[in-house]
Amino acid sequence: MSSLSIRSLLRRPEAGALLGLVAVLAFFVVFGSTSFLKPAGIASWLNVAANLGIVAIPVGLLMIAGELDISIGATIPAGALAVAIISGHYSQPIWMGMAGALGLGLVVGLINGILVVRTAVPSLIVTLGTLFAVQGLALGFSVLLTGTTSVALSPAKSGPLVKALFGEFIGGSFQVIICWWLALAAVYIFYVHFSPFGNWIFAMGGDKVSARNAGIPTRRLTIVLFVLSSTSAAFVGMCQAILFNVAQVSAGMTFIFNSIISVVVGGVLLTGGFGSVAGIFFGTVTFAVVNQGIYFTTFDRNWSSLIIGIMLLLAVLMNNTFRNMALAYRPRKK
Amino acid sequence: MTTPILELRNVNKSFGPIDVLHDISLKVHAGEVLCLLGDNGAGKSTLIKTMAGLFRPSSGSVLMDGKPVEFNGPREAQEMGISTVHQFGGTFPLMSIGRSFFVGVEPTRGFGPFKIYDRKKANQIAVKAVQEFGITRIDDGDRLVGGLSGGERQSLAIARAVHFGARVLILDEPTAALGVKEAAHVLRIVLEARRRGLAVIFITHQVMHAMTVGDHFAVLIRGALAADFKKGEKTREEITDLMAGGEAMAELEAEIESHLKSHEGYSPAA
Repeated sequence: MSSLSIRSLLRRPEAGALLGLVAVLAFFVVFGSTSFLKPAGIASWLNVAANLGIVAIPVGLLMIAGELDISIGATIPAGALAVAIISGHYSQPIWMGMAGALGLGLVVGLINGILVVRTAVPSLIVTLGTLFAVQGLALGFSVLLTGTTSVALSPAKSGPLVKALFGEFIGGSFQVIICWWLALAAVYIFYVHFSPFGNWIFAMGGDKVSARNAGIPTRRLTIVLFVLSSTSAAFVGMCQAILFNVAQVSAGMTFIFNSIISVVVGGVLLTGGFGSVAGIFFGTVTFAVVNQGIYFTTFDRNWSSLIIGIMLLLAVLMNNTFRNMALAYRPRKK
Repeated sequence: MTTPILELRNVNKSFGPIDVLHDISLKVHAGEVLCLLGDNGAGKSTLIKTMAGLFRPSSGSVLMDGKPVEFNGPREAQEMGISTVHQFGGTFPLMSIGRSFFVGVEPTRGFGPFKIYDRKKANQIAVKAVQEFGITRIDDGDRLVGGLSGGERQSLAIARAVHFGARVLILDEPTAALGVKEAAHVLRIVLEARRRGLAVIFITHQVMHAMTVGDHFAVLIRGALAADFKKGEKTREEITDLMAGGEAMAELEAEIESHLKSHEGYSPAA
């Protein structure tokens, strides 16, 4: 019975990510110190995972649907700057700054989505374009309006309520964004795996033409997914600005590769049609553990990139194997 | 004579200056298999897409049950009962049979924003629908479609179309990529669909497959209807000749003949 359930677990998209997570946790407990699993240690990688995870899930959904979004690398700092410029520099109410940040994400997402749907240019190229365009805009406007590339947003201007909701350390080291990440992940899991909406995403990534023929509004869904990823990116930027009381132009580029690594380690097929939110979740945690775990070992931190690279390759190979197992699966005759 | 389910009257289709279909008139009745034959580039796909609502005819009319209709997109054609099944089954290899079967029309439980996809029900209906078409090897709706054979995938797609109320089934080269056994399987399912009173439009360039199941044949050459005849009115050779453009095939045969003579009976390959 137990061997049977392990088999059915292995056929799921998140199998690789889960095994990977166990492996890297074991690795860092053996080679590092147990302080890695004490609250302060957990906070160090959970904070990274939460910030990355909120962006990685919608980026992963886009990948399941057969698209890519790398413009998030610019949308994150742009969202941070929007709230800092509106509410910090111009002293407008914080809700206006937040609306400005999220609105910016919405607009970037709409532009990405509409361009991809209308022009049929690969989304990698479209979002590469908007990546640089948004970065240029953020830098240009920041210097033009405030004369600096680092805009302050004092806690007084954020107000205690917004601080508590979006930018505070719980227990001294856990960022409140962790709660947002967990809540959003739960919402995503529901909509992607338990509602018809999720079925459409998988169908789109599997075969866009057939999906459209089956009556799925593929164009609208594509635009919605791009808006989701850009708005999530702006949300993360906004939270960072509120947490650190400052927004900087150059604080998002690492998110591009990191989110793609999390998603692929999480078992999403790069060409679309296969994956799971739980997989992306575990992939993100795995990435964060490797990224932060190195500080708890005696190794030089430069080795962490090597570990991430090897992990990515192993994960892809492993996920291929599991996917083939899933394809070959047929129930045994009773 | 009963009214045909689907009829095209003098349909033309051009893309800008390029005329693809010239003056096509076709009828298909319930419980009848119309075989649409034609070489590559004869305009078969354009014709299918016009019938399936993806293209609008530049002139001429499409009639259903004798009444003129206009489709604004494939969904409308589908709602009227016209379903297209494509060469590779139009199914999603990495989705489960149940999920793939109900793409776009998922059964749900619950209400409002908490509607849950009803996996059990979807799997049960999908498996039953496929088994009714004689594919008894499919018994678990959680299996991935990519793990099925080509014939099974075609059968799944046809069963799906029939389940969702198709009255006209357009099969786009369903046997092209299949082996002999698999193709026979699909042909049997075509006959089963006909027995249930569906009008089947079977597109192929394999004359043998067409002759096995067809009641009525139409040959398309360079966008025009070159011939329109009933079962038994033409032999296999005549049909093949027609498809290849008549003379071309006769010339080729003559050439081979003379080659055989000049090489004392050895075929050119030897």
